[in-house]
Formats: sequence, structure tokens, C-alpha cells
Amino acid sequence: MATFTLPKNSTIGTGQTYKAEPGAKNVKSFKIYRFDPDTGENPRYDTYEIDLDKCGPMVLDALIKIKNEVDTTLTFRRSCREGICGSCAMNIDGMNTLACLKPIEDVQKKDVRITPLPHMPVVKDLVPDLSHIYAQLRSIEPWLKSDTPPPPDEERRQSKDERAKLDGLWECILCFCCSTSCPSYWWNGDRYLGPAVLLQAYRWIADSRDEYTGQRLDNLEDPFRLYRCHTIMNCAATCPKGLNPAQAIGKIKQMMVERQG
Amino acid sequence: MSEKQTTAIRMESALGRVRGLGSAKQGTHHWWMQRVTSMALLPLTLWFVLSVATLAGKSHEATLAWIAHPLNATLLLASIGLSFHHAAAGLQVVIEDYVRGEMPRMFSILAVKAACWLFGLLSAIAVLKIAL
Ligand code: SF4
Ligand code: SF4
Ligand code: FES
Repeated sequence: MATFTLPKNSTIGTGQTYKAEPGAKNVKSFKIYRFDPDTGENPRYDTYEIDLDKCGPMVLDALIKIKNEVDTTLTFRRSCREGICGSCAMNIDGMNTLACLKPIEDVQKKDVRITPLPHMPVVKDLVPDLSHIYAQLRSIEPWLKSDTPPPPDEERRQSKDERAKLDGLWECILCFCCSTSCPSYWWNGDRYLGPAVLLQAYRWIADSRDEYTGQRLDNLEDPFRLYRCHTIMNCAATCPKGLNPAQAIGKIKQMMVERQG
Repeated sequence: MSEKQTTAIRMESALGRVRGLGSAKQGTHHWWMQRVTSMALLPLTLWFVLSVATLAGKSHEATLAWIAHPLNATLLLASIGLSFHHAAAGLQVVIEDYVRGEMPRMFSILAVKAACWLFGLLSAIAVLKIAL
């Protein structure tokens, strides 16, 4: 059965509290999930009090400040700090999002609670293991497949209308906020491809230059790979880029029906 | 992934695991029929509820006569067939979502289908017995 409670070795304990410097006026606490596989201990929440007057506006700024000035062992991924690389995806205040795009002031609660992307194996602290989801992405072959050679000394051409079909798809930065917010992906992620990978699949299905649409659809036509999506819409609600994977999945299903009759 | 699946040592690559046995190349008919039956059941269910409401308080004979009317019997049979088809398809999805392991999953789905078939047949025969 799907599990609804955490296994014993995953229950989260209370860790340390790092106090703000005395005299700090604008203090906010960050309650952060910590897990180190090498210690064999259960995960815990550590609390860090941060003086917002001496911190940048985004949650990622606070995490970097903590790592630089308070606790160097805090582990998380980040690179671009402007919402384009997708590496700082995590669960902030109950919602999957990018730490670099999430303003601290948006969190009304006393503590800013930060946990890794839900239902993924944790490598350390806020770093989830993405090897399975990357393999799923690779399985849909997210690159242009075409037998017609490109015109000599020219790129493959697309009309404006054909290009417009890729809007709302190409913007995806593969942060996996959506897949890890999807209950179907939680329960059946071993076989269900999930919203992020299905949106990518549709990005190539919808590309007029790609000549493998039928084979791509063949590979998706499966009760688990595709049809685990029950249009719960968590994916669209959480996507930090404002995309709608559920709609892309709906279009794939529509094409499946279309080619039958 | 269930505990059982992860205890065996697996050195298969992540991509090999994901590709697995390949796609089933089916599921579309099942998904589409769920939509189609639910659309068809909207007017049928409305008709059924309204009919039962007007039959309330009528005598046994009057009710039998109502069922025996060819139009009513036809719509009743259609409702029965579609309802049980829809129920079986819906329950199958719930089982696929929540039941782990190939054998328990296959067994539950077959059991649900058998139950829906039998109850469907029973209901249909009851209508036919009155109507014919
Ligand atoms: S719409 Fe589909 S993919 Fe999106 S959260 Fe729901 S089940 Fe998951
Ligand atoms: S669709 Fe949105 S949430 Fe999902 S991976 Fe792409 S950018 Fe991230
Ligand atoms: S650091 Fe690149 S998306 Fe946040």
C-alpha cells in the first residue's frame, strides 16, 4: 500500500537553535531540515535566527548567509540565483519552489520552514537524489529526432505558428518542483513519469521539426507512464515558472485518442 | 518503491530500470471509456432518479409495468451496463494507484471485474425477467 506515515528512521527530531546576534532588530527564524546519512541519526530541524536587516531579500540569500556565517555544514544546491538553473528547488513554507525566487517576506508565519523536495531519497540536508528522475527524463529522449537532413548551411525552419506551439513548454527549467508535488508521482514514481518529464515529452511531440511523434506517443502509452495523471493539478499550482504540466499531459492524452480513430 | 523491491541488490542502471519492460502500448481505451461512460451516465442517472421519484408510492404492479415498458427496460439495461463498466474502470484505477506488487494488484483487479460483471448480469437478468 501507499504509505501515509513516515517510517521510524525518517521521523524528524528537534535539533539546535542558533540565536541571532544580540541587538538584531529584524529577526526571522529559519527551521531547516537536516539529515546526514553518515551519522546514522534521524533527520532533525535546526533553527537559525537571522537578522533580516543584514540579509538579502530571498530565501536563498538567507541560506547562503547561514552557510557562510553560521553553519558551514548546511548543504543545499544552488547555482544561478535567478531562477534559471533549477537547482535550488526545495519545499519552503509547505510549497515546492525555488529558494532564489521566493521572497522571505512572503512567508507570514513565525518560522520559515524549509525541507527537501517531498518524497525523494535525501542525499544530505536539502539535497534530493535525482538520479531516477534524470533517468526518466532521458528515457523520453528529450532531443530533436529527425530523418530528413537539415537544409545545407541552414537551420531547420519553423513557421511562427509552429514555434508558438512550444510556448509554455520551452520555459521549463527542470527543477522538478511539479513532479515532487504530485501525489501520483509520490505513490507510483517508480513507473509514472510525472509532470516534469511528461511536459518535456510533450515539448518534443509538439515540435514541428521532430519526426518521431508516433514513436514518442508509443513509448508513453502505458497505464503507469502516462495514465497515472488524474488531473489533481498540484503541478500547475506549484510550478515556479508559472507553467501548466497538467495541460501538456491533457494534450498528450488527446493525441492518443485522436490517433485511434 | 516498496521495501521488498529494494532489499535485493540491484546493479541495473537507472535508465535500464526506468525503461523496464517497455510501455504496455495500452491504457488509452480504458481512459477514454471512463470519460465516455461518465458523459453517458449523466443524462441516464438523471432520468433514473426522476423516474424513481415519480414511482414513489405507486403499487407493485404499476412499478413492474413501468419496468416492462420497452423504452424503460432499454434505458435501465443501458444504465446498468454503463454503471458497472464505469465502476470497474474507476476501481481499477484506485487499485493501480494504491496496491503494491504485481500479484496482489492483478488479483484485486480481476476480483473487482468479476464482481462488477456478476452484479451487472444479475441486475440485467432481473430487468429482462420482468420485461420479457
Ligand atoms: S495534474 Fe497530473 S501530473 Fe499534475 S499533479 Fe495532478 S496527477 Fe500529477
Ligand atoms: S514544469 Fe515548472 S515545476 Fe515542473 S520542472 Fe518545469 S519549471 Fe519546474
Ligand atoms: S539558484 Fe538557479 S534556480 Fe535558484
